[in-house]
Amino acid sequence: MEQKPQATPEDPAKLAQFQARIDAGESIEPKDWMPERYRKQLVRMMSQHAHSEIVGMLPEGNWITRAPSLRRKMSLLAKVQDEAGHGLYIYCGTETLGVDRAELVDQLLDGRAKYSSIFNYPTLSWADIGVIGWLVDGAAIVNQTVLAKASYGPYARAMIRICKEENFHKRQGFEIVATLAAGTPAQQAMVQDAVNRWWWPSLMMFGPSDTDSPNSAELLRWKVKHKTNDELRQRFVNLTVPQAIAVNLTLPDPDLTYNAETKNWEFGEIDWAEFHEVIRGNGPCNRERLAARRAAHENGRWVREAAEAHAAKQRRRSTEAA
Amino acid sequence: MTDTRQPPTDTQWPLWEVFTQREQGAPHEHAGSVHAADAEHALQNARDVYARRGEAISLWVVPSSAIVASTPGDAGPFFDPGNDKAYRHPQFYKVPRGVRGL
Repeated sequence: MEQKPQATPEDPAKLAQFQARIDAGESIEPKDWMPERYRKQLVRMMSQHAHSEIVGMLPEGNWITRAPSLRRKMSLLAKVQDEAGHGLYIYCGTETLGVDRAELVDQLLDGRAKYSSIFNYPTLSWADIGVIGWLVDGAAIVNQTVLAKASYGPYARAMIRICKEENFHKRQGFEIVATLAAGTPAQQAMVQDAVNRWWWPSLMMFGPSDTDSPNSAELLRWKVKHKTNDELRQRFVNLTVPQAIAVNLTLPDPDLTYNAETKNWEFGEIDWAEFHEVIRGNGPCNRERLAARRAAHENGRWVREAAEAHAAKQRRRSTEAA
Repeated sequence: MTDTRQPPTDTQWPLWEVFTQREQGAPHEHAGSVHAADAEHALQNARDVYARRGEAISLWVVPSSAIVASTPGDAGPFFDPGNDKAYRHPQFYKVPRGVRGL
């Protein structure tokens, strides 16, 4: 990209013009003028999002070989492949902001980049795969449906594509959950245990509370976000509680109560200390996830080199033939 | 678009823009981009990334470095020749009352 990072403050006239475009609901495209801070925030947000899709393959990949039937295995394979695709859509969107994907992947592998804290929790039983599809993808859909209206064109377009595909993820997850919940007492206990472990981390996926969210105001003003973390979290809870009731599962929150006036399911206090610990790298699986990504990258090196060598050989042959 | 540099040793491969055609008779539309070592590889990657659910019946891949785009900053004067010619639109012309099919 032609725009160089600016050491001096942004031109106020350009800034005002930019904000006017945002306020008019226009979408910002890669070559349009944008404040350096807008670009930075988007690179941060989009790369974290892309990394989350990629790391998100690991907890589920863990169960591909142990899926209980061929049907379940095919679905799970397709879902994990989708997550790789989603990572690529968003990396591709991020590259339009003038960053190389290789640079972003390096940041992930050497531990500088963040990704969604949810993927640092282990998948202990088959029921976890159902619950991830239902709760984790469910939460992601709530988030992404709003991001599909983000002011940055390439991000919004990637989100539209992703939302369409993730509905399958959520439904395949809920099918697993509903099947286990209607199964033997042991299956019911297994799925209830998975819900107990995933519920709170799923609520944390929406990020810190509005009172403690340093980036929110700016992202809302630039219409990268249209709803606050707490608004989205509440929306997710309202959608999910009736689904849990429908399959006789309890959510592990004694404070969960319906407020007829606001029509909200009010929930208890989130353990923010745990959230910050996991973000800081001290979750149950942080090290394991990064080690798996590094190994995958290293083990794929020969493929990258072989494809390069093949392409070079083809180029040589076609110049010799000419 | 980002220029395609000569890749370093641990390569991410050059960048290609992907265009998909949704159905017979529809135009090819920009879908996104992929990294690939060569054209054939780019087509395969584009299929895996942008056509997992029958979204395309035809794909184009173009090296990103080959795309030349108009600059948003010059959009005003650049498109101006087309903007001030109202007589290119049918609404410019008056039709006598009662005449149909025009």
